[in-house]
Amino acid sequence: MIEERFDAIVVGAGMAGNAAALTMAKRGMKVLQLERGEYSGSKNVQGAILYADMLEKLIPDFREEAPLERHLVEQRFWMLDDKSHVGLHYKSDDFNEEKPNRYTIIRAQFDKWFSSKVKEAGATVLCETTVTELAQDAYGKVIGVKTDRRDGEIHADVVVLAEGVNGLLGTRAGLRERPKPDSVALAVKEMHFLPRETIEARFNLKGDEGAVIEAVGTISRGMTGMGFIYSNKECISLGIGCLVSDFQKTGETPYGLLERFKQHPSVAPLIEGSEVKEYSAHLIPEGGYNAIPQLCGDGWVVVGDAAQLNNAIHREGSNLAMTSGRIAAEAIFQVKSRRDPMTKENLSLYKKMLEESFVIKDLKKYKDMPALLHNQSQNFFLTYPQLVSKAMQNFVRVDGTPKKEKESSTLRSFVSARSWTGLFGDAFRFARAWR
Amino acid sequence: MSTDVAVRVEDKLFYNRYQVDPGRAHIKVRPHTTPTPQLKALLKACPARCYELNDKGQVEITVDGCIECGTCRVIGEASGDIEWSYPRGGYGVLFKFG
Repeated sequence: MIEERFDAIVVGAGMAGNAAALTMAKRGMKVLQLERGEYSGSKNVQGAILYADMLEKLIPDFREEAPLERHLVEQRFWMLDDKSHVGLHYKSDDFNEEKPNRYTIIRAQFDKWFSSKVKEAGATVLCETTVTELAQDAYGKVIGVKTDRRDGEIHADVVVLAEGVNGLLGTRAGLRERPKPDSVALAVKEMHFLPRETIEARFNLKGDEGAVIEAVGTISRGMTGMGFIYSNKECISLGIGCLVSDFQKTGETPYGLLERFKQHPSVAPLIEGSEVKEYSAHLIPEGGYNAIPQLCGDGWVVVGDAAQLNNAIHREGSNLAMTSGRIAAEAIFQVKSRRDPMTKENLSLYKKMLEESFVIKDLKKYKDMPALLHNQSQNFFLTYPQLVSKAMQNFVRVDGTPKKEKESSTLRSFVSARSWTGLFGDAFRFARAWR
Repeated sequence: MSTDVAVRVEDKLFYNRYQVDPGRAHIKVRPHTTPTPQLKALLKACPARCYELNDKGQVEITVDGCIECGTCRVIGEASGDIEWSYPRGGYGVLFKFG
């Protein structure tokens, strides 16, 4: 066993773990952070969009030195059928502001920088160390961690589990269940490199402006899923994700979906001639509010993806991770300052503070959305995109058919595909889940 | 699934950096004669195509190309079909971009 004792051990150096370690170290706590990768970031995968507000709360002047890619001035939502896309694009010069709101980032590079701030604040960061188990006393209280290093047991007053979506340690210690196939999505992603002028021309961007595209439709072949295309400075992050339970049911392959997405006539010209430099995969929590496990116990708290804190509707995860890490750290510091023990009761301050933040409020708002989209994936991801595409084509194609006939043909195609009851039911259910 | 898609997975993994830990597979398949539905699902769901059928019709795993997503754990650990851990510290996939 390692004799040195810490106020807190943070397992994992992603967004949540770095936020927690930084916050506690800044408060003067003795913090050890453990990371299994060769450096912080080398195991971390995300699209990725960074939300400035949540990082500003931790590092106010991050824009001066963080490795940021492009600030986002345009968001495109696409609904695809096999040959077309119907798009909703929002681009505004307002986003060319002094302190932009959203950036694209490359996680391995960003996290390495984030970790340097954690070290500067005084935390000990130990990489290439896999935590294999939680150390618990006879009463089940978490008293530290066991690692794959020799004499690898280390003790602390509290362990912050920022171990990522798989949440292996929590499951092994019986603190929570492993994620279920219908509560996580598998996303695969490639990094496509192109000269920056080419990217700027293809996305209609100036300088460091960026655009992101999110796409649903027949690309997921009736499964609950989404494709994404994010512009970085000199590369494009392109990927697609679907629920694991849908992959299991359909026998579709993730790389097969990715290839078809890349070959879509609306997508292929964006990446034409690119050089691919990495292929990655990652799970994304999709269960929403109802999938949030117990957030704290005697000697431990859980933050970020490990706590399934992800807003699938708004595609926000890293900001929830950062915020939960920071709030957990603040709660721990308060308990410590009162010289109280790190019991479940005292640490439930974290839960209370998180409930008062946007994290839980947003997830609660959409608590019925995952079930709706997961159960009706054929309708929302296949039938409607096809119908909308057909309606648009009918609207714009000029072929001598009187407009009145065109409109009734569009209406008939909707009613025959979903029936009046189905259409109203879907609209009602969607509105209710959105509310 | 067509063969050409399968070939491309190996090409995709070729872009990645790995530190392989010889003789220490971090995922193990439970010995079996006939694969369960969960094991069969892994043949297609694994994004790195680490799972393959051998000539006896059993599912085997080669972890060298694993990108550590956890999909196989979510599908196959509860039923005991696979044992799943992370690689030892410093080993496994080393993302340059992530």
